[in-house]
Amino acid sequence: MNPSQDRKIPAPAINAENKVFFDAAAEGKLLIKKCISCGEFHHYPRALCPHCFSDRTEWRDAKGTGTIYTYSVLRRGVPVPYCIAYVTLDEGVSMLTNIVDCDLDALRIGMKVKVVFKPTDGGPPVPMFTPA
Amino acid sequence: MSIKGKAYIVGAYEHPTRKAEDKSVAQLHAEVARGALEDAGLTKADVDGYFCAGDAPGLGPLSMADYMGLKLRHMESTDTGGSSYLIHVAHAAQAIAAGKCDVALVTLAGRPRSEGSSGTQPRNWGANLPDAPFEAPYGLVTANSYAMVAMRHMHEYGTTSEQLAWIKVAASHHAQHNPHAMLRDVVTVKEVLDSPVIADPLHRLDCCVVSDGGGALVVARPEIARTLKRPQVRLIGAGESPKGQAGGKLSLTTSGAAWSGAAAFEEAGVKPADIRYASIYDSFTITVLVQIEDLGFCKKGEGGKFVADGNLISGTGKLPFNTDGGGLCNNHPANRGGMTKVIEAVRQLRGEAHPKVQVKNCGLALAQGTGGQLGTRHGSATLILERE
Repeated sequence: MNPSQDRKIPAPAINAENKVFFDAAAEGKLLIKKCISCGEFHHYPRALCPHCFSDRTEWRDAKGTGTIYTYSVLRRGVPVPYCIAYVTLDEGVSMLTNIVDCDLDALRIGMKVKVVFKPTDGGPPVPMFTPA
Repeated sequence: MSIKGKAYIVGAYEHPTRKAEDKSVAQLHAEVARGALEDAGLTKADVDGYFCAGDAPGLGPLSMADYMGLKLRHMESTDTGGSSYLIHVAHAAQAIAAGKCDVALVTLAGRPRSEGSSGTQPRNWGANLPDAPFEAPYGLVTANSYAMVAMRHMHEYGTTSEQLAWIKVAASHHAQHNPHAMLRDVVTVKEVLDSPVIADPLHRLDCCVVSDGGGALVVARPEIARTLKRPQVRLIGAGESPKGQAGGKLSLTTSGAAWSGAAAFEEAGVKPADIRYASIYDSFTITVLVQIEDLGFCKKGEGGKFVADGNLISGTGKLPFNTDGGGLCNNHPANRGGMTKVIEAVRQLRGEAHPKVQVKNCGLALAQGTGGQLGTRHGSATLILERE
């Protein structure tokens, strides 16, 4: 079962601030932002650090592994059930995503997952996660 | 400057409609405005301050002041989703205290039911929303956003679906007495659990209704309130706070109510145990549970035990809540439930709730709103109101 392939994934709206993230995703790389001033990672990526407000933020390659912080399978009102989740990356920040290529009834919080990239409807691929 | 005692809610009106196919949104705003002014014993000419949020058409206060023929010297359109109207009451009190207006009108109205809105469909927040590119591809909707909070709460604290179901059960006990409520049948815990799962772990009966309608409030300075014939309901504390994903350092099981509630209690100089009645925003059952904990009605993580066994039912429980049936059973006009939370709190303080759900000697009430999404970012607002 591969629900992500059955759901038409809306393309993300690209802008000057997030273009690097989605260009990297097109090459199969997951980037996260790190602040050079305070040393903290953050997500979603911003030009200005949401922790210390410095503009010295840089892109870093994420390891692409993490654990499920929480999740929910939407089962009604949609053509095909899908799983939305927050995954806490090994770098410590959590990102909203989908859990795909798996048995949706076997998921649990704390499960280890790894990044995969899935095509969107007319846009760049986006990072999703599958059980590691 | 504290707003304690600086303003009174002198008028409150809830539109009786739940499906307004034959009305426009502007018309609904005007109808609830007229209803609240009649309730107060005031006229349109007395209004010199106007507050509305994103449900108002066009340019908000400009469009609505023109439509209704208001002559204003103060206007505001803070939009924090469903909690906007609690913030409007607090800001109206600030404006009155600062001498910027004497009589403030707050309106809410919408037709999401006629327009086919649903909590399982994505909402379009516009092209420049910075978080949207990182959420829209993943199918974030209202239902699965709140469901993720419930799932995490269950994981951290052992909260159960049965405990969440009790919140709906309590609301249904109240709604049976409200002739305008969309859902008037008393339901059991089993019926909630047997209803279809919408988004794990939330069932259909964990979700609020989608309804048309609206409501309005009139807030006035004390000197004006004292000339009116209605029971006196004064604002003694208020708090507001946004809460988001904190750059990825998530804490989904705590809401902004932890901050807005603490601020309101401090300003009012009262404790959670003093509150006789609470209106708690109930977009979903989990919304109620998290806010009850964060407001301090019980310890963090013990909300499940607190809401179980009818503890929220008026007449039997320790914390009677949402005695109109709330969003879970009565209505959720414009998909924004804050207005009706304030209106039912005013009814309780006036002694004008339905006799079957009226709290005896209700002298102190709280209204709590959450707007936006608990699972991503939301605006929390708390009001503490006192009968004089």
